[in-house]
Amino acid sequence: MADAGALPADLLPPRFADWFAGRGWSPRAHQLAMVERARAGRDALLIAPTGGGKTLAGFLPSLIELAERPAPNGPTSLHTLYISPLKALAVDVERNLNAPILQMGLPITAESRTGDTGISRRQRQRVKPPEILLTTPEQLALLCAWEGARLYFENLSCVILDEIHTLHSSKRGDLLALDLARLAQFAPNMRRVGLSATVDDPEVIKAWMARHGNAPSVSPPDRSRSGPPRFAIHPQRGGNDTSPEVSPSGEEPDAIAPPLQAQRSGGGGSARSDETEGATGSDSIDLVLGPPGAEPVVDVLLSEGRVPWSGHTAQHAMAEVYETIKKAKIALIFVNTRFQAEFAFQELWKLNDDALPIALHHGSLAAEQRRKVEAAMARGELRAVVCTSTLDLGIDWGDVDLVIQLASPKGASRMVQRIGRANHRLDEPSRALFVPANRFEMLECQAAREAIAENRLDGDPPRVGALDVLAQHVMGCACSEPFDMLKLYDEVVSAGPYRNLPWEDFEQVVDFVSTGGYALKTYDRFRRIVQGQDGLWRVRNLETAQRQRMNVGAIVSPAMLAVRIATRRGQGGRKVGEIEEGMVEMLEPGETFVFAGQVWRLVAVTNMDVLVSPAPGADPKMPSWGGSKFALSTYLAKRVRQLMFDQAHWSVLPDDVREWLEAQRDRSLIPGEDEMLLETFARGHRNFMVCYPFEGRLAHTTLAMLLTRRLERMGRGPLGFVCNDYALAVWAIKPLDQVDFEELFAQDMLGDDLEAWLAESFMMKRAFKGCAIIAGLIERRFPGQQQKSGRQITFSTDLIYDTLRRHQPDHLLLRCARDDAATGLVDVARLGQMLARIKGRIRHAALEHLSPFSVPILLEIGKERSPGHTGETMILHDAEEDLIAEALQ
Amino acid sequence: MTALPSENETRTFAYDYAVAGCGSLRTIIGGAEALLRASGALWLAAERALIVADLHLEKGSSYAARGQMLPPYDTRETLGRLESEVAALAPATVILLGDTFHDRRSEGRLARDDAARLVALAAGRSLIWVVGNHDADGPRALPGETADEIALCGLILRHEPQPGHQPGEVSGHLHPAAKVRSPRGSVRRRCFITDAERLILPAFGAYAGGLNVRDAAFAGLFVRPPLTGALGFGRVHAVGWRSLAED
Repeated sequence: MADAGALPADLLPPRFADWFAGRGWSPRAHQLAMVERARAGRDALLIAPTGGGKTLAGFLPSLIELAERPAPNGPTSLHTLYISPLKALAVDVERNLNAPILQMGLPITAESRTGDTGISRRQRQRVKPPEILLTTPEQLALLCAWEGARLYFENLSCVILDEIHTLHSSKRGDLLALDLARLAQFAPNMRRVGLSATVDDPEVIKAWMARHGNAPSVSPPDRSRSGPPRFAIHPQRGGNDTSPEVSPSGEEPDAIAPPLQAQRSGGGGSARSDETEGATGSDSIDLVLGPPGAEPVVDVLLSEGRVPWSGHTAQHAMAEVYETIKKAKIALIFVNTRFQAEFAFQELWKLNDDALPIALHHGSLAAEQRRKVEAAMARGELRAVVCTSTLDLGIDWGDVDLVIQLASPKGASRMVQRIGRANHRLDEPSRALFVPANRFEMLECQAAREAIAENRLDGDPPRVGALDVLAQHVMGCACSEPFDMLKLYDEVVSAGPYRNLPWEDFEQVVDFVSTGGYALKTYDRFRRIVQGQDGLWRVRNLETAQRQRMNVGAIVSPAMLAVRIATRRGQGGRKVGEIEEGMVEMLEPGETFVFAGQVWRLVAVTNMDVLVSPAPGADPKMPSWGGSKFALSTYLAKRVRQLMFDQAHWSVLPDDVREWLEAQRDRSLIPGEDEMLLETFARGHRNFMVCYPFEGRLAHTTLAMLLTRRLERMGRGPLGFVCNDYALAVWAIKPLDQVDFEELFAQDMLGDDLEAWLAESFMMKRAFKGCAIIAGLIERRFPGQQQKSGRQITFSTDLIYDTLRRHQPDHLLLRCARDDAATGLVDVARLGQMLARIKGRIRHAALEHLSPFSVPILLEIGKERSPGHTGETMILHDAEEDLIAEALQ
Repeated sequence: MTALPSENETRTFAYDYAVAGCGSLRTIIGGAEALLRASGALWLAAERALIVADLHLEKGSSYAARGQMLPPYDTRETLGRLESEVAALAPATVILLGDTFHDRRSEGRLARDDAARLVALAAGRSLIWVVGNHDADGPRALPGETADEIALCGLILRHEPQPGHQPGEVSGHLHPAAKVRSPRGSVRRRCFITDAERLILPAFGAYAGGLNVRDAAFAGLFVRPPLTGALGFGRVHAVGWRSLAED
């Protein structure tokens, strides 16, 4: 542990120094550095591993400032705002923060405010805010959309963004960045503080959280309360070993950027050039690094030294997993999907002869139930929790000493995050165990293990702010107070993800918010926001504002149904949790299934409820699931390819996996690191083509769709395809070994073919629905109504999509949907990089028989439904055949 | 769950249907030959009559007036579909089977060119507006006759299906949709639904949603497990009752 020797002794007021001493602690170097940065009036990003006292480091400056200032005369006002990606984390931090406040007897109130906070408390918080408010991005958006937001936040001194690495690269991050820009308008002196776990590239996060451009309110920099002026050169700290690494921005800012007005005039203007940054931007944020944690110890579990050919559940290894849990104090068992969680929980329960307290935690469980598990965990009553990404971050559970990852890790950063949940003490290594479910996953686990040992992480690429989120924000601004379009534009482009937003996109968004943004101008009289005589835009009426507030947020979840225990009269009783609509479709009344760790019999599905009765002991049907919802990260995929190619490296692998690789080498071939292996062979009456790009299921599915189109045109008669994270297989009527593969994989498939396919695809419709909800075209909730499920929306977004596409293909929301689909749902960028990488590097192996590598993917055939037109038509054909069969009975 | 009067009937009724050209389904309703078109329209060749139900014109602007800015293109989309059918079949009579407008003020919100297209539809043929619950008064300025119900080819055409046994009734109103289930998954489609006695048409309007035919609203309307004609891509698929799921 670092001591504070290097930093001025007076950094900590006596009361704080005594508190540390009284608990036998000495403040850590990065905690003092955060205090020092705050005194200098600087924004800061703290990157520290879990267990490093990161949260306290974030709050310490605010606590000191509040403790030192004279008691205010009037009512208190908000001083520090803390934003967490998780409700539970905000509540937990409230508890952890109030401990030192009480112990030091500080006159500070710190309260959380989440969607679960009671109405009376929320109302009181609006009238009489605490000095420190702990909340979520969604609540912040809501607060910003209230009338009087400016007054509420005018004395805000500091905003702390926790677990920032999980937020920045998402639509939630877009929304938060916009609200951050808004807060900076209300409170120009506000300091920004980011807290993050170890990341691949801190610059991306700095750029996200920084203030960009030269928004008018930034000057004059009034940092009177402390330290040197904001833009002064900060002296480099002396090179003392124990001093934390601080990298102040060492340069004078550029001269004032050219006025934006000039760019805007002359009809439209273009994207702001990057040269206008500099004055602010990433350089305004100091990076503070915490001490590195002890290196984690990562093992790979081999059940009887064997790894199965295929599968996603790691069922084969459950007995060993159970034995490992028995030896650990408390274990977290991570899986990648909710149903894997249910499955693993069920399997462990069957083995649980020692009646270990094992719990289940995933996003479909009722909130109360999740809270119960979290509370039991905090009290140390549990030995293991099977969980999904819901526990990737959050509450500090000191006693967790083992993290188990069942099935594919998917990415190195995610793993580091998960492993960090074990052992929150810096000086002891975290322990983790990977359990590969199949042979490719074994390669993946090995690659992840090596990446973690080298501390090489895969980073999220920087994001360009989404326009649907911006539309929601603009509407929120109008609900809060009238806005001037030029000023709001300056504010918006001061937010990291929107710093290059072209003026005409902003205009389009405002037009969308007002009238829907249609080329056919028939809605002018229905405007949601109207421009007054004073040139300011304001919301049309109170009702419109209220509706906006009920639909805030950038998280769109699939339609969920409540699972309730059926009462004797066949009505819905106690709620067990929520289940995705699509999952229920696979079940028939009378069938049993596993949910929330128990076996239930489906009684009926009513409008909003899935009615169930307990069916203990029944042999449940497990709803099927594909692989993980997370794609294999680009970085990890690369390492898997390297590992596979480097035969000298194979010795680290278990015998059966090594033998499998050797058999592949002997019967087919092992491709070079940047090559793509493509195999053709005939099997049954089908001609197969299997290739191994290792780019993740999404990119593979897109690729397979496009390849099928091309093979169709080449007259090969493709019949179907199947994809997983590593490979894809296409089969056809005619042999495929004579196909010109360079032509087949030519990069131009990402042109017209992609657009034609995408426009028709269900993925675009799904993306469109998400964008329509976020942008406010479709409302999730109306005043006085319960949350809607997808089925309750009175019109189908698919119908709207089809109509809009035919009549105004360049509409803003179609653009948003296309961007979302191309990134989130079909991974076009990754596909593009892959096609470029393999150009001229396709290694074709024309085989007599299937190869060892192809077995896992071929085993997946028939387990998946083919999406899109063809799939739907097939279903209708099936039903017709059934009718004919019925008639012939 | 909807209990059909004949759900337990073991005897299977053999529906008389055939796939006709253009993906239509040819069947017999109340003794009259009917062509169920992939567009969702009904064609009575004997009278050269084209029947469409539930256009819900200006549904988009109806929502926009309440602050939800749905694309204003539903009317032109729906009229475009209707014009295609008229061009393909050259009907002597076009019958709009009620709820042609989404609300009572819809006619006033019609764009001028859309109104002109409706006028053109009436030229050289008879245009009949059967009134529905959304548009009980019929059109104010647009051409055509207004009717509560029409007798044609031995059939009775009205907006809302009447309860009980109604042989020969053709109606709309309920926006039937079929959720077709197969081992591959499920698909939800607008559909025709008939028990060979009566027929309910799918909604024709671009923004008109669908109500699952397993919903209680359909209970008691059919004397035997009905046949649905699910609208697929360019054709109507005959789907039996047992292939249908609730939502």
